[in-house]
Amino acid sequence: MNTVLHARGITKYFYEPDKFQVLKNIELNVERGQFLSLVGKSGCGKSTLMYVLSTMDTDYEGQLQIAGKLLTGKSQNELAKFRNRHIGFVFQFHYLLPEFTVLQNVMIPALKLGELPYAEIEQRAIEKLTLLGMAEHALKKTNKLSGGQQQRVAIARALINNPDVLMGDEPTGNLDSHNSNIVFDIFRELTTVHQQTIIAVTHDEEFARRTDRVVEMSDGKIITH
Amino acid sequence: MGAGFSSLTLTLNIARVHLFSKPRQTIIAMLGVTFGIGMFIALVGLMTGLNDFTEEITMTSSPDIHIYHDITEARPTILEVVNPTGFNVVHHQKPKNETAKLRSAARMVEVLRQDTRILGVAPMITSQVFFNYGPAQLNGQIQGVEILEEDKLFDLKSKMKDGRLEDLLAFHEGVIMGSGLARKLNVKKGDRVVITTPQGFTRTLKVVGIFQIGIGAVDNIRSYANMSMVQTILQQDKSFITDINIKLKDRHQAKAIAAELQTNFIYKAEDWETANATFLTGVTIRNIITYAVSFTLLIVAGFGIYNILNMTIYNKMKDIAILKAMGFAGSDVRSIFMIQSLVIGLLGGLLGLLVGFTLSSLIAQAPFDGGDVISLDHFPVNFKLKYYITGIVFGVTTTAIAGYMPSRKAAKVDPIEILRGQ
Repeated sequence: MNTVLHARGITKYFYEPDKFQVLKNIELNVERGQFLSLVGKSGCGKSTLMYVLSTMDTDYEGQLQIAGKLLTGKSQNELAKFRNRHIGFVFQFHYLLPEFTVLQNVMIPALKLGELPYAEIEQRAIEKLTLLGMAEHALKKTNKLSGGQQQRVAIARALINNPDVLMGDEPTGNLDSHNSNIVFDIFRELTTVHQQTIIAVTHDEEFARRTDRVVEMSDGKIITH
Repeated sequence: MGAGFSSLTLTLNIARVHLFSKPRQTIIAMLGVTFGIGMFIALVGLMTGLNDFTEEITMTSSPDIHIYHDITEARPTILEVVNPTGFNVVHHQKPKNETAKLRSAARMVEVLRQDTRILGVAPMITSQVFFNYGPAQLNGQIQGVEILEEDKLFDLKSKMKDGRLEDLLAFHEGVIMGSGLARKLNVKKGDRVVITTPQGFTRTLKVVGIFQIGIGAVDNIRSYANMSMVQTILQQDKSFITDINIKLKDRHQAKAIAAELQTNFIYKAEDWETANATFLTGVTIRNIITYAVSFTLLIVAGFGIYNILNMTIYNKMKDIAILKAMGFAGSDVRSIFMIQSLVIGLLGGLLGLLVGFTLSSLIAQAPFDGGDVISLDHFPVNFKLKYYITGIVFGVTTTAIAGYMPSRKAAKVDPIEILRGQ
């Protein structure tokens, strides 16, 4: 339908220990609602690409557009604001803030965005937790949850501002197969029912095979897509 | 609905949670500041209390400017006047035979009273006298004054231990004596003393009052009498004046004005700072000690805060990374940690003011014997608001500086390095 993410001619070098071209002229378009997995051997550059696409890494050549907005050359502060509004993140580890409750953790990105009153944010956070089957744990401290539950809370947090793209760096990398399946099913549902765009870097072939589109990288280039 | 939840509230909230999640660490950082500021307040209170006390007693014992005829002042020799270009050697030159009289003193007083910078002028006569105590003779000093003029300059009324100043006006042959002198002569109010002038005349005077200024050097020798009576016993006429005391509107101008008066009137004009130089060097030294010690204490407290924030930031690396990924700008992260250090500084500082106040109150109650030199029974302690404001500003500034460096480091954390899987 419409393109959410548009990357053109992305090239990146590492300078330590020696100069090394890690991304070679990458072209990538991602459609809204697409569930895309980014695969490849270790060191092929797939994580590096994802961090460029995430706007956190700004040291690259080429152009990046997300949600129709050109992000190349923007300041760190503008990019931080953009991520807050348009991108959700799920990592291998949950990175929940240990001093806050589940509900507060989910609310933080929306509180940061500051577009809604507190009560509405709370309401929305509970909706997201319900969607992930975690509503009953809302008032617990995050360290009282199991690894799978923590990852689901992290997903709820990533979704709180209804982002255009959800990005995952090995989102199931630290989970057993049971919990991996739960997370996969949640992603599946998000893309089909809620038209959520997902880009996930993964090592898990099983996971990748079941996504809409597999982009395989090797040696800094996209070889199949 | 109206405005959204503010980002600042969120930042404050995260800072608050960090502070409360490690209460012991927070309290230790706070106590560092508390100790520093508490000591500063106590020290500065005591030191400036002493300074003010010293300044006050020097003020009551010496005028802002004292004009007198310094007969020992070096003057050019006759040889130099006659033969100014020659090579002249005059060994052991002695002063001329001249009296301590200030010529045309009345006119000088007139002129001085016209000066807008001058608050009060009191002419007087000073003379050495012997006080006869049975067969013994004690050395002392008699000052012939207009006692009410003198009071305007030195606030003598508040220094009276016995009798009233007005009694001197009522009793022409009266004398008001320093407490130390009275004790040595074993006299009380109403007793009579016999004095002998340098010229050998004796006179019997009645003690109408006793004063105590607080400096032994003054209380042990000085006495006040009526000007006309002193002129009489010295066998001088009504124009005989040896000293003029001046009180200024701003006594910190004394040095400049004294120099000016000295050139105008030829006679020696000495300002209070020069007259009390030994006393006043203590003031500077005490100030240096106070600020050096307090500054050191606060720097140590600053290092404490620096360390603790550094540790917190190290422990919270992951939190910082995810916050930045989720859209917190570097400045937001910096604020989170700056707020923590400022809260530590402010609370620690306020507590420090309280501790300082308590310490000062305790010191103010401690008995202290000034001996014969200065009359003190307790430490003089200053409770001026100014020092409390200085303390808190000083403390918060130190913590802000100590907190800024780690906070800036937190703001610069690169989230990718931390979030990126192995």
